[in-house]
Amino acid sequence: MVSFLAEAGEHASETVHEAAAVVPGLIRYTWIIPVLLLLSAAATLFLGKRVPGKGALLGIGALVLAFGLSLGVLWHFVQGGETYTSAVPWFSIGSLDVGLGQYVDGLTAIMLVVVTSISLCVHVYSLGYMHGDTRFTWFYVVLSLFTAAMLNVVIADNLIQLLVGWEVMGVCSYLLIGHWYEEKKNSNAAIKAFITTRIGDIPFMFGVFILIGLTGFTTANIAEIGHVIAGENGETVSRLAVSMAAILLFGGTIGKSAQFPLNTWLPDAMAGPTPVSALIHAATMVAAGVYLVGRLFEVFLHAEQWVLTTVSVVAAITMLGAAFLAVVQDDIKRVLAYSTVSQLAFMVAGLSMGEAGYTAGFFHLFTHAFFKGLLFLAAGAVIHGVHSNNMSEMGGLWKKMPITFWTFLIGALALAGFPGLAGFWSKDELLVVANHEGSWLFYALLGTAVLTAFYMTRCVLMTFFGTYRGHAHPHESPPSMTGPLIALAAASIFVGWIGSPVFQGLFGQWVFFEEIEEAKLIPWIALLSTAAAFIGIGVGYALYRRWQERDPTRALGRVYTVLERKYYQDELYDWAFVRPVRDKLSVFANWTNQHILDGIVNAMPMMARGLGVVTYWFDQKVIDGVVDGAAETVAEAGGILKYLQSGRVQRYAALLILGLALLTIIIITIQP
Amino acid sequence: MIHLPIALIFGAALFAIGIYGVLARRNAVMVLMSIELMLNAVTVNLVAFSQFLKDMSGGVFGLFVIAVAAAEIGVGLAIVILIYRNRESSNVDDVRLLKW
Amino acid sequence: MSGLDIALIVLAVAGTAAALRVVTTRNVVHGALFLVVALSAVSGVFLVLGAEFVAWVQVLIYVGAIVVLLLFALMLTKAPIGREALDNQQRGLAAVVGLVVFGGIAWLLWNAFGGAVFTPEPASTTEIGALIFDKFVLPFEVVSMLLLAALIGAVVIARKDES
Repeated sequence: MVSFLAEAGEHASETVHEAAAVVPGLIRYTWIIPVLLLLSAAATLFLGKRVPGKGALLGIGALVLAFGLSLGVLWHFVQGGETYTSAVPWFSIGSLDVGLGQYVDGLTAIMLVVVTSISLCVHVYSLGYMHGDTRFTWFYVVLSLFTAAMLNVVIADNLIQLLVGWEVMGVCSYLLIGHWYEEKKNSNAAIKAFITTRIGDIPFMFGVFILIGLTGFTTANIAEIGHVIAGENGETVSRLAVSMAAILLFGGTIGKSAQFPLNTWLPDAMAGPTPVSALIHAATMVAAGVYLVGRLFEVFLHAEQWVLTTVSVVAAITMLGAAFLAVVQDDIKRVLAYSTVSQLAFMVAGLSMGEAGYTAGFFHLFTHAFFKGLLFLAAGAVIHGVHSNNMSEMGGLWKKMPITFWTFLIGALALAGFPGLAGFWSKDELLVVANHEGSWLFYALLGTAVLTAFYMTRCVLMTFFGTYRGHAHPHESPPSMTGPLIALAAASIFVGWIGSPVFQGLFGQWVFFEEIEEAKLIPWIALLSTAAAFIGIGVGYALYRRWQERDPTRALGRVYTVLERKYYQDELYDWAFVRPVRDKLSVFANWTNQHILDGIVNAMPMMARGLGVVTYWFDQKVIDGVVDGAAETVAEAGGILKYLQSGRVQRYAALLILGLALLTIIIITIQP
Repeated sequence: MIHLPIALIFGAALFAIGIYGVLARRNAVMVLMSIELMLNAVTVNLVAFSQFLKDMSGGVFGLFVIAVAAAEIGVGLAIVILIYRNRESSNVDDVRLLKW
Repeated sequence: MSGLDIALIVLAVAGTAAALRVVTTRNVVHGALFLVVALSAVSGVFLVLGAEFVAWVQVLIYVGAIVVLLLFALMLTKAPIGREALDNQQRGLAAVVGLVVFGGIAWLLWNAFGGAVFTPEPASTTEIGALIFDKFVLPFEVVSMLLLAALIGAVVIARKDES
């Protein structure tokens, strides 16, 4: 008894020691944040139509609480707190024990703040944007569920739990993109998004299996997998296996974060309501792919070199390719969508540069979430006002929608990398890292920065300047929509400073991989990135100062056509995958069914009967008697074969039970 | 003293007879009766083993089987009546929508 | 061969015979009445084995409720009379399947428990009650939910459409 007590005491003191004793209460309860959203989703679903505000207020209330809690969790890291992790058992399969847990470090805290704040803005904004929608309550249910899933991905301490959130997000994204499913175009876009991301999810799952396999099927815990891969338990792990796992996991990122070659779904996903585009396709879900790479960074670092090289090549192709596409779009949301694809590639590029790029990549994710969310919401306000997505039907809106204009301008400048705004600092950080690592990505980043500034200038000039070219009566949006815009605009101005060298890179002290990376300000790089922004803005201003019926980029001739057709990527996929499967494979399957299978079933008795007839004739002429019976047996066999598919359930059941009984008897008999 | 095999063989016989009934009867109500026979066979085995092993859990499960059988017969007869109302027949082999 | 054994054999033979009549009779109402005999025989077997409580539940629910329900259904569906109307064309196959199943199970059980002998002790209802509300309280609640669902489901399925 005494020894037991002593042991227990020892154990307790150990636990306290491990938790570093400075863990304040709040961080232990980080798991409440996703649960809150899950509860609000359920409550909205069941009670939504009966409470005031049609259920929207439930989600908003939960998010306010969640946002507060997230700030509390972040405060823990601001004070220099330690990583905290805990779990409860969930299920076990053989030797594999899977928990339901939380892994809270600086990155988690930052992501929590980003997701809850953007989601809060979108929830409030949707009050105005979705006002009067027939499925208003349902919209809020899915929005809350989506946020819960994303938060689950963020805090998950093991791969299985992460996978659950990951898939729920996929489903919610499908539901939200297809929210107005009455139009065929929208439901097609939803299906495309779902299937394309699933294509990436399959390698992702296999990557997860490999990782769990590498631990000897003992754990799915991310931190423990990291230890195993780093060889910290004394056993070396096959580098090739780790490389395979890494490249397969990156497949998931390619799908979710819309990297080349699975980038085609994101622009189409703009068919969903604009708040959805802002939440999912700018700030959170697409960031999940990047977050995944960061969470499993150990895997990527211990993979062979070619893995990270592949990642950087994919990132470079994506960032430049998407930026070019953004230049020729007329649909304002598509400009932003391609810009998102391009900016996600920035983050991926940052991560591909190793430990130093980790902080920079996530810093860009952090700032991008705010200004891209802002841009989408502002674009939504414009669309709400002019009832059109096309910039050629806008123009001159700055007088009619002043708040929208100013906030959009701030977002655009932040994205373009205007000095002092959010995007400037994070882009600068990425460039510094690329330069430090001597990576060729430096030039890709710089080139994309120029393009970004150019197409955002084009976008702003076409939308807000000149004279109004549409037919609607644009008006400023209600306060529920402009409020979030103002909040996000303020964030776009200020959040960049958190990670800026001016404040010794505070961000880098919260989000880092093993070692704190110091934020550096290298004057010539800062100047270069500023110059890039101004060149882009200047060229854009020169070309789009006045509205022209013929878009100046059309002067590019054939290049323009290629860009307008999105590099023929959709056509290629259609030709290479969709059509063969849809036309050939399914037709083939149908044909096989119709002709071969049915043919066999029909032909059996016929053939047998034919055989019987032939034999009977032969039999009549040659021998009588004995063969007669044979012929009838064959005909009978045909008859029985036909009855096999008689539709008589009892016949089926009889054969089923007979087979089962015989099989059981055989198995028991042959058992030693 | 009781020989356990007597009860077990009785259960097996009831089960086999039930299977025969399910397979050979056309009338849906008769099929349901045969299913009751099969369920009873299971209960016989449960109770016999429960007494043999001196563990009352088997008996409790026998009770559960009886309760579930009651639920099954309720829903089953409702379906039979519905089919009868729609097709003027309660014969199982008249419902041949699975035919090729 | 004890007295209990003989009682058991008598009941088993009677139950088997009645069960055989259930699946071969040409009159559905007779079938239902033979079912009563078979189920009562089973209940008698329970009594001999010492499971008194299960036996009475068997009588109450099976003989009392289920058979009455079956008779109601027969009444409502105007079940026809005669071998052709009651049986389908695969009596032979069904008999083979039945025999194979019986042979398989009987052989298996005989091999495993051929010589098993025990003295039945009456299972106390108290004990069963304690078990249900202690160890098996969750299954018990689930069963009650199932019964409720079946009740509602039966009503919904069998109700005439308003339209």
